[in-house]
Amino acid sequence: MDIYIIGQQWVNGLVLGSTYGLIAVGYTMVYGIMGMINFAHGEIYMISAYLTAIFLALFSLLGIHSVPVVLLGVLLLTVLFTALYGWSVERIAYRPLRQSTRLAPLISAIGISLILQNYIRISQGARNQGVPPLLDGVFRLPADSLDHRFVQITYMQSLIVVTAFISMALLTWIIQHTALGRACRATQQDRVMANLLGVNTDRIISVVFVLGAAMAAVAGLLVTLNYGSFDFYVGFLMGIKAFTAAVLGGIGSLPGAMLGGIVLGLAESFFAGFVNSDYKDVFAFSILILFLIFRPSGFLGVPEVEKV
Amino acid sequence: MLKPGRLFSLLAVGLLALWVGQPLWAAEPIKIGVAGPFSGSDASFGEQLWRGAEQAAADLNAAGGVLGRTIQLVKGDDACEPKQAAAVASRLVDLEKTVAVIGHFCSSSTIPASEIYADAGVLMITPGSTNPTVTERKLPTIFRMCGRDDQQGVVGADFVVKRLNARRVAVLHDKTTYGQGLADAMKGRLHSLGQTEVMYEGLTRGEKDFNALVTKLKGAQADAVYFGGYHSEAGPLVRQMREQGMTAPLISGDGIFSEVLVVSAGGPSFVNGVYMTFGADPRHLPAGREVVKTFRANGYEPEGYTLYSYATLQAVAAALQATQSLEGDKLAQWLHGHSVETVMGSKSWDAKGDLQVSDYVMYQWDDKGKYKEVD
Repeated sequence: MDIYIIGQQWVNGLVLGSTYGLIAVGYTMVYGIMGMINFAHGEIYMISAYLTAIFLALFSLLGIHSVPVVLLGVLLLTVLFTALYGWSVERIAYRPLRQSTRLAPLISAIGISLILQNYIRISQGARNQGVPPLLDGVFRLPADSLDHRFVQITYMQSLIVVTAFISMALLTWIIQHTALGRACRATQQDRVMANLLGVNTDRIISVVFVLGAAMAAVAGLLVTLNYGSFDFYVGFLMGIKAFTAAVLGGIGSLPGAMLGGIVLGLAESFFAGFVNSDYKDVFAFSILILFLIFRPSGFLGVPEVEKV
Repeated sequence: MLKPGRLFSLLAVGLLALWVGQPLWAAEPIKIGVAGPFSGSDASFGEQLWRGAEQAAADLNAAGGVLGRTIQLVKGDDACEPKQAAAVASRLVDLEKTVAVIGHFCSSSTIPASEIYADAGVLMITPGSTNPTVTERKLPTIFRMCGRDDQQGVVGADFVVKRLNARRVAVLHDKTTYGQGLADAMKGRLHSLGQTEVMYEGLTRGEKDFNALVTKLKGAQADAVYFGGYHSEAGPLVRQMREQGMTAPLISGDGIFSEVLVVSAGGPSFVNGVYMTFGADPRHLPAGREVVKTFRANGYEPEGYTLYSYATLQAVAAALQATQSLEGDKLAQWLHGHSVETVMGSKSWDAKGDLQVSDYVMYQWDDKGKYKEVD
């Protein structure tokens, strides 16, 4: 087997896995604090793709063409507006149901997911949408190779991997070393107790939704710029994959989400590349099932102890 | 004794009943269904079907309608989902009581829906479903206005082998009825030309990342890639081929015949050089000159299956007029034995419901995001 092909599949898997990881963070954080899956998270990601396109158009309308300025500006605006959506989802679908049965918020989240999907379909049209390429260029190793004997990563792909790791590090720092993070961890451990000791847990839950949405927005921006097209349905498949990544890594664990994402991305790439791409998803979900049977707490998750 | 107030309300109810009953005496419009993907990633094709039928209905109604009645179109959105297609078909048949149906578009939707139309004896003509199974089941009221994938795949394979001189052909598909059917037809012809493909694999609809597959194509040293599928996957696929430095041409079929391909790929530079098969462009036929002019005057470019859909409604109207009947069986019988003058020229059908003549040709995209016939 060609060493360049193997190297290239590592790159493919790493890039794909980084995007899975970024979205998986949103699932894992909400699960950690509320003990349930946020089914609207894939839709938040989808909305960030549309916001990216809207802000890109806005910047080019204003005549700003410097790539770093556009990238940073669009990133900031997209994260801000997507976070707003994340916050609203929590206010509308979760907070009013805080005291009701465990399954009620689950159903309302599915409802919100359908509403967001159809809202975008009706307001933006069902057609595919696209954005022009922003960053051209590629790193090749060896650089002077002829033919197909090289391993490459485009500038855009390297940006995905680097940004994913930076935002993960930033998030981990927030959770581990700030007062806000301490409050998050306290809420995660025991919501009632944290509340008694003066932590505004309602606000903390909002913050967690906002942080999760912000990470999804980073992923939405990077994926949209890298692949160039999207439609109102992209959140569904991406959501399922990211959820799988979160479970693989150990749901509730931040580094686990990133690790799970990268493992899933690599597994998909290697299976599609060396076995058969027809059964790539079958393979990915088989791994999920095996994990659920033999190691339900994932790579880095802590086995759940029944609270008495 | 009735109070005046009650008498008044009784009168009002009586008048209301009269008013509701009124349209029963006037000639009711003839309902014709238009079914296809009006939402989802294939919605641009649904729009082509709707625009074509809408214009045809407007033109027919302006000329006095059919059988002295106007034509009313009923929309049925199947989103290219087989289950939804069956539900749409039942609604058009049972609830809307449509006389005929134009559609569906995706073969995977058309096949289950056609069984429902055939059971109910409703005439169905698909403007764009090319999978052979649509007509191979010999359902009496099912027709198509386009060619078949076993013709389209042959044209594709011949082009790849004889014109492009490719020797290491990779065949990909999107695992749908249409995509895989087309890829299989192409592969079959490749074999009879004495070649074997270097790769035959499917990808997942709805995904955007095909980098692993593209790297595999590079490893297989494919010098031409044939793809059976739709533009929403063909766009990212060809983009990632180019990004990974592959120069091999991509060849596909009617599923990418839409300018939305450029959007799916994220720019015209990526689709430059892509080949696709489609019927000879009906926009250049003399029969359709006036209609094309009308479309353009309304600010719509009648690309892809728009004129196919227009012609389909013309065929339905011709059958209605000739048989003076609304029964699907009679309409179908008439269409099997007669030819119809349409905006795409004269069309006639064989015993299965396929067109007597189909005319696939090869098109190529340029770097401005336009396509033209390869001569």
